[in-house]
Amino acid sequence: MKKLINDPQNVVAEALLGIEAAHPHLRVDHEHKIVYRGDGPRRGKVGIISGGGSGHEPLHGGFVGLGMLDAACAGEVFTSPVPDQMLAATKLVDGGAGVLHVVKNYTGDVMNFEMAAELAEAEGGAKVLSVITNDDVAVQDSTWTAGRRGVGVTVLLEKIAGAAAEQGRSLEQVADIARKVNADGRSMGVALTSCTVPAAGKPTFELGEDEMELGVGIHGEPGRRRLPLATAGEIAELLVEPILADLPFAGGDTVICFVNGLGGTPLIELYVMYHEVNRILNAHGVQVARSLVGPYITSLDMAGSSVTLLKVDDELLSLWDAPVNTPALRWGV
Amino acid sequence: MNDTVSTAALDEWMRTFARLVAENKEALTDLDAAIGDGDHGENMDRGMRAAVQALDDTRPSTASALFNKVGMTLISTVGGASGPLFGTLFLRIGAALGDTSEVSLSQLATALHAGLDGIVARGKAEAGDKTIYDALAPAVQALETAATDGAHTADALRAALAAAENGRDATTPMLARKGRASYLGERSVGHQDPGATSIALLIAAATPAPA
Repeated sequence: MKKLINDPQNVVAEALLGIEAAHPHLRVDHEHKIVYRGDGPRRGKVGIISGGGSGHEPLHGGFVGLGMLDAACAGEVFTSPVPDQMLAATKLVDGGAGVLHVVKNYTGDVMNFEMAAELAEAEGGAKVLSVITNDDVAVQDSTWTAGRRGVGVTVLLEKIAGAAAEQGRSLEQVADIARKVNADGRSMGVALTSCTVPAAGKPTFELGEDEMELGVGIHGEPGRRRLPLATAGEIAELLVEPILADLPFAGGDTVICFVNGLGGTPLIELYVMYHEVNRILNAHGVQVARSLVGPYITSLDMAGSSVTLLKVDDELLSLWDAPVNTPALRWGV
Repeated sequence: MNDTVSTAALDEWMRTFARLVAENKEALTDLDAAIGDGDHGENMDRGMRAAVQALDDTRPSTASALFNKVGMTLISTVGGASGPLFGTLFLRIGAALGDTSEVSLSQLATALHAGLDGIVARGKAEAGDKTIYDALAPAVQALETAATDGAHTADALRAALAAAENGRDATTPMLARKGRASYLGERSVGHQDPGATSIALLIAAATPAPA
């Protein structure tokens, strides 16, 4: 597998050097692998940090900036960051109003963030609340599993909670908004190829030319079912119908519709997908108020797509529309 | 039974574990690729290399200092689920052993049980979830039984290794109920758990060759 890298062991560190050079309004703590705002912390504003394994770019470092995250911790590829990183990030963004941790529901991420929050409390520093995203309908939600994965909703949540924090809302209020976004959002994804972790150098799983993996996450972990490759229209049905049935979304609901690329699928195909998704939503009477199309939460070089629907009201829409200025999302500024 | 384990021997245990992890790095990663995300070998190797470096730098003189150093280093360098779980295991072992420099078999068994309890508290795993618990719990039980029976430490460790390896092998037919493998549901069946495999290496690192 060909990679545009220097040394597989240095991919994360060198990408952070690139982010620092390309985006002068951001700062990078290279020791702790944290991307943070150059204009923070702002006194009285709730700080929001997230983090996770690398390989999902622009998530999370690409969402640091005005109206979104205050800091993002980068782990090794597909590996949760460690508690020291989240603790350091929490201190960096603490403006005295508390810090929200946005955590995707993966065993490692949850444990490492939990330990960081315990350490912050033990040190008597910032008050920390955590919100866990778990929107992937491909995973059976059960007390007998690790629970649903946090995927596409994380992007929408970071934008909306970031806007709420920017308005000066309290830590509890920002956490409540974030929980509402997670509760009202659902996602599902499909892979057309596997992906290759730089240090591993070979694809994480084998997938034939005429096959697709339905219900994949964002770490190259296999999905729930392997199926013969289908058309975009058929794939859209396979993703959207389970999402609609799960919340459930009903005719008359208003949504933000997010068609995401997993890293290896070109935008032209994502727009083909968006057309199909939109057609299905129209048929169900679900009204799309806003859209987001592009690779925003990726799985390295995996070809494929995920669909996220978030049911919104006027308040969530106005927070979505609020100004944002990050490397990956920018409007209203 | 009067044979004890010195801090130097515990130090050697950690170094041998690091060597076994390095030797089995690809095998661990392949097991993880089948049902997880294919990074277990890489992460454990990075962590144990750092732990050995930390031991070289600080030369701890007591059991608690030694295991605290290893545990904190793993938590700070491994990430994923393995960092907090293996880190917690060693921190609890260190706390249970305290400032002793000679460890008896029953102390070792008690400390490993404390480590197991720590893993359960952090990861909420139960028997049969297809996790490191399934290799560690039988090993701890074998050590405790041997300690009660007044066995020699070397024999007790051989029994613990057999129990850990049986526990590791028993994860293959299990349906994963924790960690990323649980997302696979039925498709996790038929694959050996990488975390349980690392635990078997940990016990193997402590075990002398058959007499």
